[in-house]
Amino acid sequence: MNNVCVYCEIEEGKIQDVSYELLTKGRSLANQLNVKLEALIIGDSLAGMGKEVSKYGVDIVYLADDKRLYPFTTLPHTAIAVGLFKETQPQIVLMGATSIGRDLGPRISSSLTSGLTADCTDLQIGEYEDKKAGKKYENLLYQIRPAFGGNIVATIVNPDNRPQMATVREGVMKKEILTESHKAEVVNIDVNKYLNDADFAVKIIERQIEQSKVNLKGSSIIIAGGYGVGSKENFNLLYDLAHAIGAEVGASRAAVDAGFADKERQIGQTGITVRPKLYIACGISGQIQHIAGMQESAMVISINNDPNAPINKLADYVIQGNLENIIPKMIKYYRKNIIAPCPLRGGPRG
Amino acid sequence: MYKIIVLVKQVPDTRNVGKDAMKADGTVNRAALPAIFNPEDLNALELALEVKDKYPDTHITLLTMGPVRAAEILREGLYRGADAGVLLTDKAFAGSDTLATSYALSRAVRKIGEFDLIFAGRQAIDGDTAQVGPQVADKLGIPQITYAEDVISLKDKTVQIKRRLERGFEVVEGQLPLLITAHSTAPDCRPRNAKRLMKYKRATTLSERHNVSDDYLSANQKPYLSITEWCAKDVDSDLAQLGLGGSPTKVRQVENIVFQAKESKVLTTDDGDIEWLMQELITNHTIG
Repeated sequence: MNNVCVYCEIEEGKIQDVSYELLTKGRSLANQLNVKLEALIIGDSLAGMGKEVSKYGVDIVYLADDKRLYPFTTLPHTAIAVGLFKETQPQIVLMGATSIGRDLGPRISSSLTSGLTADCTDLQIGEYEDKKAGKKYENLLYQIRPAFGGNIVATIVNPDNRPQMATVREGVMKKEILTESHKAEVVNIDVNKYLNDADFAVKIIERQIEQSKVNLKGSSIIIAGGYGVGSKENFNLLYDLAHAIGAEVGASRAAVDAGFADKERQIGQTGITVRPKLYIACGISGQIQHIAGMQESAMVISINNDPNAPINKLADYVIQGNLENIIPKMIKYYRKNIIAPCPLRGGPRG
Repeated sequence: MYKIIVLVKQVPDTRNVGKDAMKADGTVNRAALPAIFNPEDLNALELALEVKDKYPDTHITLLTMGPVRAAEILREGLYRGADAGVLLTDKAFAGSDTLATSYALSRAVRKIGEFDLIFAGRQAIDGDTAQVGPQVADKLGIPQITYAEDVISLKDKTVQIKRRLERGFEVVEGQLPLLITAHSTAPDCRPRNAKRLMKYKRATTLSERHNVSDDYLSANQKPYLSITEWCAKDVDSDLAQLGLGGSPTKVRQVENIVFQAKESKVLTTDDGDIEWLMQELITNHTIG
């Protein structure tokens, strides 16, 4: 009872990275609270999944295994999660801020009348004082997220309602195996206890999942462009540099919204979080919502016309000037100084 | 014919935040931000209007919750083809989180009456939560189809929707009534229609008419110029589930983030500077 539970997402027979990341975070929260970590896996052919997640420090795995439960549809997954949570009374429920989590999470929270915070960039445990009601709370989940287009950072708490629910984007938390030998108790859920025919009202007719062409998370060098790049054509400068030095191209939300780059390249709170060895920010001003997705980069170079761009404060090197001047020179002097260039990755020209 | 409700929201334009958007105390200066029709709600309206193109008897009601000023987007929706607007406004709604908002909206939907489809934008740009659509569906006990980019077909009580996922898409089929949230990849909303603009430009809510007596008269004479306005009591809602008190989530703290500033080395565009930097990156094995 009152444990920490992570809803684990499955795609093509595999538990998704975001779920492992949340299990890792969930383990540390459970340690702080001195409770158990639970995983809820809903899908089809789940044999072996329990073992797969237990490495991340899971104590109890709930398996809801039924061929009607994959691919994900809203109502059956909601019915099972809500039914289970009413019995197990978790104090915290975490899920990915993914197509699935953002569809399922609000439905569960409404059903249980519990608070849900979307797209958290950090989760902590702490106390809260409701001065009006004169009440003090201990060991609440701090759900921390940029708000208002990324202009402020808010810490949200759910003082009274349980579970405290939060969604987190892929890449925000780090995925870490606790020990290979960690064993979890596996509980098979009798799904028919929770499901009825009406839950299958929405049927999937066709489904196509594409493999991402962009691998930002796995890239040790990222060249990211912002609104200041100016156009889709100017983004080619970034692809050229990426091609030359073996990097991947990312973009800020403003650049994606302006149509300069594809959504799958978006870095930040509502995109992907990255931790590369080198982050080259081109024409990016540095709104909080973007910084949230790149602040753990080991080294940052900012190329910007504006000497006062907020991102410059985070940068190890600031180059003041135009991309059109700077990037070709970077390519030129990289090639001149490197012994064996290895242009492996790149964007459209790559 | 179909009865459609479209959930819409007036939002501060957080995409165009100027320097005076934040007050000195770190709070948001809402007055400095222009208020706009939430972009994905316009996609939702377009999906509804496409249904009406095909089935002209279809009736589209816009529903919004917000301050009196939010009637602006209801008029905007009327100009673009919606048939009616409802403004849900009350001090009791202040401070609502997504759950309290969804509760209030679901009460207003009940009051509007029978419906076949509810469309809503996937998310609003001021919060980006994407929670209100699914939570309204839950409160109404109907299925949801999120992230719609196209209504592939609608016949009798069966609808087929193409949904945009992070990586790929799905085509799903459901039975009415249900709630659909529109993704930004759905068609852009058609512009205002000049005739409708003339017809509805003096459409007002009761609060707006309070001070302007001739508008009051025209609304009396032409019922279509009266935008429905409801308060918490009108929609028979439980006050305990509204506003700050009805919101499970509380804001503990809001802050301007202060980055741990690094000591940056500032370089120029001179060849010497750039070559030095590239040599540095290669030498310390950051690249190469």
